[in-house]
Amino acid sequence: MSNGIAAVGDRGTVMIWRAIGAETVFCETKEETERAIRKLAKQDYAIIYITENCAKLIPDTIEKYKMSKTPAIIPIPGRDGKTGFSEEALHRVVEKAIGADILFKEENN
Amino acid sequence: MAKVNPTRMELTRLKKRRATAVRGHKLLKDKRDEMIRRFILLAQREQKLRIECDNGLAECAVRFADVGASMGQAAATEALIYPVNSAAISVGEQNIMSVRVPTFKVVQQASKISLSYSMATTPPELDDAVLQLSRLLNQLIELAETQKACEMLSDEIEKTRRRVNALEHVMIPELDQQIREITMKLDENERGTLSRLMKVKDMIQEDVG
Repeated sequence: MSNGIAAVGDRGTVMIWRAIGAETVFCETKEETERAIRKLAKQDYAIIYITENCAKLIPDTIEKYKMSKTPAIIPIPGRDGKTGFSEEALHRVVEKAIGADILFKEENN
Repeated sequence: MAKVNPTRMELTRLKKRRATAVRGHKLLKDKRDEMIRRFILLAQREQKLRIECDNGLAECAVRFADVGASMGQAAATEALIYPVNSAAISVGEQNIMSVRVPTFKVVQQASKISLSYSMATTPPELDDAVLQLSRLLNQLIELAETQKACEMLSDEIEKTRRRVNALEHVMIPELDQQIREITMKLDENERGTLSRLMKVKDMIQEDVG
């Protein structure tokens, strides 16, 4: 099985991904982003990089694809830089698995 | 709690069930511990990769913003609009504690990136940005892999933890309670029979005497 990668988000961030051969979709609103993700998932893209700004708009859709093998939806910093969305997502996953966020407390010490 | 027949057969059956439950509990607990150990390693790796990727991408974004500033957003877009590379990825499968997680591999060599635009008409920052991103590609893909693995593993850990807790706090105590009940009933019956026998023996002796 051979699939591609895709990037979803605002034009300025995502445009450059074209140079390395990723499929790019520009979107700003919730509806646009949702439609883009659904379409890319149907087309068997293995990894979808999405800007944090867009990812924030569609938590339900991202949640839906979490348990399926593909696509992996990976947040990347967008136009406004890092918003802490991806860290938060990792914290949530750790909390779900271990019950407490012990991992990052240890590292802070 | 379900009413159980106080018979010896039922007692044996319950004892067998309890032994199975205890064994299952131990196995699941071991599974959970190992999964958590693996998960922590993965989560730490993800965190590290995440920082690397974010920094790399931020740098890349700054460079690309420079390009947009010096040659105009439209021209920069135009330079990249035609895709010459196709980032193909092969999806494999890896088994972490019987959780099937995908593995991603780049099919095309990232070092052989070809440019879709003429070097004469674009500023060198654009080349920098593109090269930076292509260098980052391997890490980005590993990030995707670890993040997916973390997500799937955390779900499985949660399920396993629930099973362990259900066995430990519900099923095993319930079985214990039922076993105790039956044992008590059986003992009581035995005592009843014994005293009846003694009484009968007394009566017979009185008759003889």
